[in-house]
Amino acid sequence: MKFVAVTSCPTGIAHTYMAAENLEQTGKDLGHDVQVETQGSAGTVPLSDDIIAAADGVIYAADLEVKGKARFAGKPFVDVGVKKAVHDPKAVLAAAIAAVENAPKGGTPVAGAAVAAPAGSSASSTRKVGAGTKARQWLMGGVSYMIPFVAAGGILIALGFLFGGQEVVYKLYGGTWEGVTYPDISNALPAMFLNDGDISLLMKNAGFAGLMFIIGKIAFFMLVPILSGFIAFSIADRPGLVPGIVGGLICGPIGAGFLGGLVSGFIAGGLAYGMTRLKVPKGVRGIMPVVVIPLVTTLLIGVIMFLILGPPIATAQSALEDWLSGLSGGNAVLLGAILGLMMAFDMGGPLNKAAYVFAAGGLTIAITEGGPGLQIMAAVMAAGMTPPLGMAVATLARKKLWTEAERENGLACWLLGASFITEGAIPFAAAHPLRVIPSCMVGSAVTGAMVMGFGNELRAPHGGIFVLPLVSNPILYIIAIAVGTLITAALVIVLMSLDKKKTEEIAAAEDVAEGVHA
Amino acid sequence: MTDLITEELVVLDLVASDKADATRQLAAKLQAAGRVTDLDGFLADVAAREAQMATGMPGGIGLPHARSEHVTVPSLGLARVPAGVDFGAPDGPATLVFLIAAPAGGGSEHLTILAALARRLVRPAFKQAINDAPDAASVASYVQGEVGGQ
Repeated sequence: MKFVAVTSCPTGIAHTYMAAENLEQTGKDLGHDVQVETQGSAGTVPLSDDIIAAADGVIYAADLEVKGKARFAGKPFVDVGVKKAVHDPKAVLAAAIAAVENAPKGGTPVAGAAVAAPAGSSASSTRKVGAGTKARQWLMGGVSYMIPFVAAGGILIALGFLFGGQEVVYKLYGGTWEGVTYPDISNALPAMFLNDGDISLLMKNAGFAGLMFIIGKIAFFMLVPILSGFIAFSIADRPGLVPGIVGGLICGPIGAGFLGGLVSGFIAGGLAYGMTRLKVPKGVRGIMPVVVIPLVTTLLIGVIMFLILGPPIATAQSALEDWLSGLSGGNAVLLGAILGLMMAFDMGGPLNKAAYVFAAGGLTIAITEGGPGLQIMAAVMAAGMTPPLGMAVATLARKKLWTEAERENGLACWLLGASFITEGAIPFAAAHPLRVIPSCMVGSAVTGAMVMGFGNELRAPHGGIFVLPLVSNPILYIIAIAVGTLITAALVIVLMSLDKKKTEEIAAAEDVAEGVHA
Repeated sequence: MTDLITEELVVLDLVASDKADATRQLAAKLQAAGRVTDLDGFLADVAAREAQMATGMPGGIGLPHARSEHVTVPSLGLARVPAGVDFGAPDGPATLVFLIAAPAGGGSEHLTILAALARRLVRPAFKQAINDAPDAASVASYVQGEVGGQ
């Protein structure tokens, strides 16, 4: 194998070069080519682009920040620190070999391209990105910051239900449950929660389960502001954060919900971006980012959300919710199928996340108020589990169709699928897109439709098989997942077998190339 | 360019209680040769480097080193320590101690020489030759020749 390595140490006199010598010599002894870039005090002679491009893997034996790390992006690597390379170069090389062998095969060509691009020239940084791509990146920026809030809040709320039972809602919000009437102690959860400071009443009435529930609700309360704020942040960097978050906060009281959060994020980001581009007199420039931009953009987004865009968005949001509540029978099954298709189409990409955000957003409402949001959440999670599970079954059922690396990926897919990590199927989709993606879409659509048909409800936004106790009718739910999994596996096997001989030959050839004897 | 190492900077049979003692004895040689101006200042710089990461290398090598403003010319002090002295290497005490003294700032030429030295250190033949050398003068000329100085 070919490796490139970077060595460095605090003084840049001794360890840097001893590590380099050790790695080169050990590589020679074991029959591997190791090219080292010593980032020491004697100056750095950069590795040539050709050498980097040819390398199978990267060894970082560096105690300082690696210079130009982007050059090695996408290659399998080990990061060991310089001392390890001085004292035990054999172990370092063994780890590097293992890293290369365990790297997902589907990723290799992508990795090569990623390295080639920045190495080629500076053109990549100035490359024009389409408007659609940009909007998607901004949206994903917001979504990626929001997801941890969904996870933390959702699981805490689910645990509140798990330990406190259904009645935990009534204990907090007031109402009658099984003949017992509880007072409303929520005090307009969550922003105004307990503004009289009566936490002891909460603990007395609802206990620790109630506390978890409320902590979760507070995390959920931040979803729309965070979504909006970080969409604006993606667009305009720091100046976008304040108007984005404030715009998102306004969506709550005016009932604009997630739709409003998306809109306010984009508008706030656009306003802030525009203002940072304004040419202003030198005297004002210093206070622009700290005073003027936040003040003006926040005022503008507030006026826009309250007076102009808020009302129509609120109407649209409630229409969407009404439509969902009215869904039943055939329409619900159709929605489940569509969500399933979205989940499987790009496996963790924008469509997948859009379906997920739609479900998680519905869940935040439905978890306390009921409604079809719980079913949609159940359908989306189930449909997101079947692609990796389907690949796991397919690699087990027809071993010859797959490379050794793919079979190992298949094993990992059991866990990934069971944990609702749709991304587990990506290596397969990247290697055989036309055969894997349609198979996954069909399986997920069937699973999504079945879950909606069965009416399973899920009270957690994530967790896969591990939140099964929070699913109603878990046996039917498992059946729905199993059916989708088997359909995906069967379809992908059929599609892979269409050109069976060739597929097997390619798989075997790749194994040989990788040094694996299948 | 002044030689990195000369006869006076080599100690064939060093007896040291610990690594600080070994370093001090070698540094005193550098000071006597006029290569280090302030012994305590230089030792403080070495100790600061040593505190970041132990400089005990595999194969019985201790490698205290520093870039210091108290150093006038790039220098290498070398001691054979038959009884060994612990430099914090996982595989045991050091029987060869190299004290590298580099001036702060300055050109990169001498650093290239030190880099060459560091690379030699991991080669068994290099250590063997130093251990087998009959006297200080031959140690100095061997090392000087190996790392490419004049």
